[in-house]
Amino acid sequence: SLTRRLCILKGIYPHEPKHKKKVNKGSTAARTFYLLKDIKFLLHEPIVNKFREYKIFVRKLRKAYGKSEWGTVERLKDNKPSYKLDHIVKERYPTFVDALRDLDDALSMCFLFSTFPRTGKCHVQTIQLCRRLAVEFLNYIIASRSLRKVFLSIKGIYYQAEVLGQPVTWITPYAFAHDHPTDVDYRVMATFTEFYTTLLGFVNFRLYHSLNLHYPPKIDGQAEAELKPAEGKEYAMDSESYLEKLSALSASLVRVVAPTQEDDVEMDVFPVEGETAEQVDARKKEQEALEKHKKLFEGLRFFLNREVPREPLAFIIRCFGGQVSWDKSLCIGATYDVSDPSITHQIVDRPRVEQQVIGRYYLQPQWVFDSVNAKLCLPVADYFPGVLLPPHLSPFVTEQEGDYIPPEKLKLLAMQQGEEPGD
Amino acid sequence: SSLLQDIRNTVGNIPMEWYQDFPHIGYNLEGKRIYKPIRNKDELDKFLEKMENPDYWRTVQDKMTGADIKLTDEQVDLVHRLQKGQFGDVRFDPYEPAVDFFTHEVMIHPVTNRPADKRSFIPSLIEKEKVSKLVHAIKMGWIKPRKPKEDTPTYYDLWAHEDPNSILGRHKMHVPAPKMKLPGHEESYNPPPEYLLSEEEKLAWEQQEPAERKLNFVPQQYRCLRAVPAYSRFIQERFERCLDLYLCPRQRKMRVNVDPEDLIPKLPKPRDLQPFPTTQALVYRGHTSLVRCLSISPSGQWLASGSDDCTVRFWEVCTARCMKTLPVGGVVKSIAWNPNPTVCLVAICVEQSVLLVNPCLGDKLLYGATDQLLESYVPPEEERVQPVQWVAATIEEHSKGIRLTVQHSKPGRGAAPLMGLACDRLPPCSLQALKQVTWHGKGDYFASVVSDNSNMQVLIHQTSKRWSQNPFRKSKGLVQCVLFHPIRPYFFVATQRYVRVYNLLKQELTKKLMANCKWVSSMAIHPGGDNVICGSYDSKLAWFDLDLSTRPYQLLRHHKKALRSVAFHKHYPLFASGSDDGTVIVCHGMVYNDLLQNPLLVPVKVLKGHALTLDLGVLDVLFHPTQPWVFSSGADGTVRLFT
Repeated sequence: SLTRRLCILKGIYPHEPKHKKKVNKGSTAARTFYLLKDIKFLLHEPIVNKFREYKIFVRKLRKAYGKSEWGTVERLKDNKPSYKLDHIVKERYPTFVDALRDLDDALSMCFLFSTFPRTGKCHVQTIQLCRRLAVEFLNYIIASRSLRKVFLSIKGIYYQAEVLGQPVTWITPYAFAHDHPTDVDYRVMATFTEFYTTLLGFVNFRLYHSLNLHYPPKIDGQAEAELKPAEGKEYAMDSESYLEKLSALSASLVRVVAPTQEDDVEMDVFPVEGETAEQVDARKKEQEALEKHKKLFEGLRFFLNREVPREPLAFIIRCFGGQVSWDKSLCIGATYDVSDPSITHQIVDRPRVEQQVIGRYYLQPQWVFDSVNAKLCLPVADYFPGVLLPPHLSPFVTEQEGDYIPPEKLKLLAMQQGEEPGD
Repeated sequence: SSLLQDIRNTVGNIPMEWYQDFPHIGYNLEGKRIYKPIRNKDELDKFLEKMENPDYWRTVQDKMTGADIKLTDEQVDLVHRLQKGQFGDVRFDPYEPAVDFFTHEVMIHPVTNRPADKRSFIPSLIEKEKVSKLVHAIKMGWIKPRKPKEDTPTYYDLWAHEDPNSILGRHKMHVPAPKMKLPGHEESYNPPPEYLLSEEEKLAWEQQEPAERKLNFVPQQYRCLRAVPAYSRFIQERFERCLDLYLCPRQRKMRVNVDPEDLIPKLPKPRDLQPFPTTQALVYRGHTSLVRCLSISPSGQWLASGSDDCTVRFWEVCTARCMKTLPVGGVVKSIAWNPNPTVCLVAICVEQSVLLVNPCLGDKLLYGATDQLLESYVPPEEERVQPVQWVAATIEEHSKGIRLTVQHSKPGRGAAPLMGLACDRLPPCSLQALKQVTWHGKGDYFASVVSDNSNMQVLIHQTSKRWSQNPFRKSKGLVQCVLFHPIRPYFFVATQRYVRVYNLLKQELTKKLMANCKWVSSMAIHPGGDNVICGSYDSKLAWFDLDLSTRPYQLLRHHKKALRSVAFHKHYPLFASGSDDGTVIVCHGMVYNDLLQNPLLVPVKVLKGHALTLDLGVLDVLFHPTQPWVFSSGADGTVRLFT
């Protein structure tokens, strides 16, 4: 089990020998083979000693418990050995880009762990840390506006962001209680999570600093005042409410250096050698399309009804520049009320809406997802409450020539080309 | 009544289940069993009793004896009170006013007046001992101060100093885990209907092994987002991913991930391969019969053509003017201009002899020098045995331009008297006509081919020493044509079906090319020397890459009839083939210096012009040495130039 943990933490994987039979002493039974070099490499890891110390600690503690020596138990617990994985992260990902490339699994795992109940299965601290890191990451994505694709699958919600040029994809489960399966070894998952939280923490730190944001994140002073509950109504403990406020995803974050005009200076374009004017044009056009995509919901004000999943929708809308609010009793961080006349879109997920306010669209949540994937605000008529929705297509599929393309996708492509819908 | 019941319970306070299966409970003083009251009421009896007995509701069974007891009124009240959560005792008042034991006011007198103990004001010895022990332990370093607890991990810029030197070597060997597959349309919560499984597909999916399934889920459609349930296998899937990450062997596999379209080499468009001859520019008229052979001077100014009308004509290339007509008294089968630009000499095959002719065209100095070169020959002191006779031209012949005659025919016909002795030992020479003559690249040696079946078919002659030799001891078949390698000392001999490559220095066979055709008619070698083309009478053209294989790299079947002649261009990547169907096909044949890249062969142009005569079309093709022009001679007695 020590070896297993070491292998997971150090990222050692088995190898397939060239001559399986020769290595396996003539037998053809299935076995996993590690390189001798890898195992020797594991031996030199300083963390091995820490693991041994921990083992000794557990043994001592058990003995003290058995003898009911509570004083010893206290003392031992105070001196519980701890270890850090910083150097392993650095060793496995010598450059920051390497870490970003391998972020997919880390994010999915952290998002999963942050939805676990605070009882059983794993340490509460781990769950809290996962939640904190996940929320920090979401806040970074909002601040950098780097979300690109979203997808509602039957497994969960997929997100794809482009972080410093690297595509990062993660999945979050739908917000329901898990029925914990029995055929899963949670210790393996916990070991992975241990490494992933360390990795994600460092990545978050670096990402926040790349945007000149405070780390750990600080909510903007102005927004902070807005978020403060009314006098006399204490929300929760201060330490807890801060994470809650952060996870409301409705406030912007404090920057270390106030953004100045100079930051937005347009980059000069240097034509790359050997590039034709067409290619330069195409690149320029692509850049413009990207900028437009980032500002998809700019100027729109959304209101989320209580039956729609708040966090994913608030995250997506904020990522594309929209303003979003929800019922005050649903979550902290609501900025305006349902009766606000300036609301342009209200996201509802019920068969019909009784009292409709004139001047806003009542839409199903799929509209937000489809619009993001289509990179344009789709016509709203297909998404009214109670209407049979058009199919939700995966944005991750790029059809090759000769592949089957669903008719809805063809329609969408035509729409992106600028044709009028309904042709 | 309680007293009475206590006597009846003789077993004491034991779990009554012990007597569950017995008909009795305990024993009396005489040691007899005390039987339980007989309870054999069935449901009907119970019901009747319930209906008839007005006290049924207050009747309970006593577990200790098994008898039914009717609760008294007091007992019923007690039950009611307990049910309401009140105290069991009616008389107990929970709301009595509290009376303080001691008053909260400080009184002047103490409650007790006992004096304080001495030990309450002198330091404790036991404590002192304990403290001194602790002090000692701290001094000895046995007790360490508590470490400050860190609950939240601290993060910092881990990659602040990215040092490329600190990257371990093993990191380069590291195979990053492949990313998870991105979901397709079928995973959507509301997929297009064509992605949903039909009943049969669903059944098939369920019967498959989980490992064999193409999808690890059944596509499903939900009407709206709120109807979507949690995915029950979410944690399992993450767990399986974890297992994959640390238990799956990783390997770099060079997958040939090529589009089949890409494997077909992109043939360039003929337009992109220019220059090549496209149009007929000039016709050289004058011959009255088939023009069998062509040759061009190394400068590209003069063209020589040999014909069945027993003449050789010399033309100026640019004007199509016949400069000279040389009657040779025999059908001219082959003609070859000396490739050495400083020598002006043409070898002509006429029947059994090779005529070396100085056409006296062009630079006077040049052909004067050629004559001097030929006259500077000093016969060796000792006459050597030669398979042929070198005969200097007579004055009459000399005026026509003929300088030397190499007679392949039987000795005796004007042979030198000294040769007489040697004649007997010579193998019998046939009377067959010569069919080809070809020069070595340096212009000193030339080879001739006689169409018979002996070992004397091929002879190599040296002009400067007027010396001939027979390179082969044995005949290997009917030789069609021979060629010198342009750079290296190799000699190509084409028989009917094979092309043999001999090393002249080592005097051995180096290669034997299989032409894959019935009858080789002609052969040409690429100026680079690594590629050979062979034309055959069964209308095929075989391209050999000598580095690649002894079999044809490519067989071109563009002609409809037998190929008569093939030619390479000296500079441009062009080759041409002339055929009996009256056409010349020009092909682009790019040879790359890179050994890995195979030659690129593209037919670019079909040139027509020659009229068919006696079922014969084009008899010879020839490229201009510097321009992308091609000459062709035909059975219609003309020579044509395509540019």
